[in-house]
Amino acid sequence: MNARTMNKVWTGIFYLIASLVVILLLFLVSEIISKGWGFWDINFLFGNPSNTQAGGGIGPQLFNSFYILVLTLIISVPLGLGAGIYLAEYAKPGRFLGFLRLCIETLASLPSIVVGLFGLLVFVTMTGWGYTLIGGALAISILNLPSLTRVCETALLNVPKNSKEGSLGLGATKWQTIVKISIPTAIPQLITGIILAAGRIFGEAAALIYTAGLTTPFLSTQAPMNTPMNPFNIFRPAETLAVHIWKLNSEGIVPDAQAIAAKSAAVLIVMVLVFNLVARLFAKFIHRRFTGTK
Amino acid sequence: MKFKNRNFFLTEYLGRTLVTLCGLLMIGITISIIGFIMSKGIQSFTQSHISLSDMLFSKNWNPSDATNPTYGSLIFIVGSILVSVGAVIIAAPIAISLAVFMNYISPKFGEKILIPVLEILVGIPSVVYGLLGATILVPLIRNTFGRVGFSLIAGIIVLSVMILPTIASIASDAVRAVPKDYLEASYGLGSTRWQAIKLAIVPAAKANILTAIVLGLARAFGEALAVQMVIGNTIKFPNGIFDPTVTLTGILAMDMSNTINGTAWNNALWTLAMILLFISFFFILIIRLIGRKGGKQA
Repeated sequence: MNARTMNKVWTGIFYLIASLVVILLLFLVSEIISKGWGFWDINFLFGNPSNTQAGGGIGPQLFNSFYILVLTLIISVPLGLGAGIYLAEYAKPGRFLGFLRLCIETLASLPSIVVGLFGLLVFVTMTGWGYTLIGGALAISILNLPSLTRVCETALLNVPKNSKEGSLGLGATKWQTIVKISIPTAIPQLITGIILAAGRIFGEAAALIYTAGLTTPFLSTQAPMNTPMNPFNIFRPAETLAVHIWKLNSEGIVPDAQAIAAKSAAVLIVMVLVFNLVARLFAKFIHRRFTGTK
Repeated sequence: MKFKNRNFFLTEYLGRTLVTLCGLLMIGITISIIGFIMSKGIQSFTQSHISLSDMLFSKNWNPSDATNPTYGSLIFIVGSILVSVGAVIIAAPIAISLAVFMNYISPKFGEKILIPVLEILVGIPSVVYGLLGATILVPLIRNTFGRVGFSLIAGIIVLSVMILPTIASIASDAVRAVPKDYLEASYGLGSTRWQAIKLAIVPAAKANILTAIVLGLARAFGEALAVQMVIGNTIKFPNGIFDPTVTLTGILAMDMSNTINGTAWNNALWTLAMILLFISFFFILIIRLIGRKGGKQA
C-alpha cells in the first residue's frame, strides 16, 4: 500500500479508537444512571435498609461513606502534606531519600486488599477494636498517603523560585517561607488533588471489607456516644456504600438486591462526577483569579 | 526581642522535625505492612507445616477437607496471571493509540475530551465496574456463548477498562517527552505522520511505555472486587476464556472472614496475601530495571 494511504488509514484508526473510548464512557455512565434511575428518592437515600423486604434504603451506608471520607481526610491530609513538604523542601539527595522514595513507590503499588489485610491484623485484631470506622479510615489513609504525598510535593515544587527567594531575602526563615509563601501559593493545586483523592476514597471497598466491616448497627442519634448505635461513634462497625454494593452482589438476600445495588452505584457515580467537576471548576476559578485572565 | 528570636528557632526546628517525622512515617508504614503480612504468611510453614513446594506448585486447594486438607495455590496464581495479562493485551494497544492520538494527531480533542474521559474512568469505583460487568457483560456472554457467563473473559474485559486510563496517561507522558526534533527530522526525511509515529516516536518512548504497561499489569494483578464479581470464583483451571476461574485477590476477599485465626486454612490464606505482596515487589523491581536501562540509553 502507498505510504500516503497507509497514513490516512491509520489516522482513521486512531480517530476510531479515541471515539470508541469516549463512547464507552458515555455508555457506562448512561447504563449506571439508567439502571439506577430514581436513586434520588429521599426514602432510598436516607431510609434504613431492610434485611428481608424490598424497598429498603441506604441511609446508614451513605452516612458511613461520608464519615469515613472526612476521618480519612483528617488523618491523611496533614501527614501527606508533611511528607510532601519534607520531600520538596528538606530532603537531601542520597541513600536515605532513595530509600524513602522506594518505600513510597512500594506503598503506592500495594494492592488495596493487602492494605485491608494489614488493617485487619493491626487495627482490628491487634488493637482489639474489632471492625471499626476508625480502623477503616486508617486503612484507606494508608492507601491514599502515597498519592497525597505526591500531589503535595508536586504542588510545592511548582511554586516559583522567585517567591521563595524573595521571602528568604527579606529575612524570613525557611519554615516561615514554607508556611506563608509556598503553601498559600500551592493551595489551588493542593485542593484539586485532595478533592480527586476524596473521590477515590469514597469509592474504595477492598480495603474496607476487613477493617470497617460488612455491617452497620441500627443507628440512632439519641444513643449515647459510647454505644455502637451512635452514628458518630468511631469505634463501631460501618459498612460504606461501595462495600454495600459488593455485599448485595455477592450475598444479597433482599428481593430487590439488584435494584438497590444499581441505585447505590448510580449514587456513587454521581458523587464521583461531582467531585471531579468541583475539582475542575475550582482549578479553573482559582486560575482565573490568580492570573486575571478570562 | 530575644524571646521572639527563640520562638523563630523553635517553630523552625519544630516544623522541620514534624515534616521529617511524616517522611519517616511513610517508611515505618511500608516496613510494618511488609513485616506484619510476612510474619503471618510464614506461619503456614512454621506452624501448620505445609510444604512450600506444595503451596506454590500444587493445584489442589481443599483446606476444608477434614482428613486430608490440601493448600495448593497454583490455580489462584495462574488465574491472576491469566486475567491480568489478558487485560493488558487488550488495554495496552488501545492505551498507546490514545497516548499517540492525544499528543500527535489531535491534541485539542485529546485535552478537551479524552483527558477528562480518562479521569472519569479512573474515578469510577471498582465495585461499580464489577457491578456493570455482572449485570451487562456476564448476561451478554451467557446469551452469546452459552455457559454460565461468569468467566475469565468477563474478568479480562472489566480489568482492561479499569487499567486503560493508567496505561494511557503514563504512555501519554512518555510520547510527549520525545523531543520534537524526532518528529521534524522524520518529516524532513519525507515520512508520513504514521511512519514518524511508528518508526521514530513510539520506539523512542519504548522504555517509558513499557513502564506504563507494567504499572497497568500491577494494577490489574492487585485488583480484587471487580474481578471477583465477574470471574465466577470456581477453584479450577479454566479450559478456555469462557470458563470461570478464580484469582488470588478474589479468594482473599471471599474467604478470609470465614476462617478462624490460627488455623492452617487461615494461615494458608495469609500466605496467599504474602505471595501477592511479593508479586507486587516483583513489578516494582521490573519498573526500576526498565528505568535504569532507559536512563542508560538516553
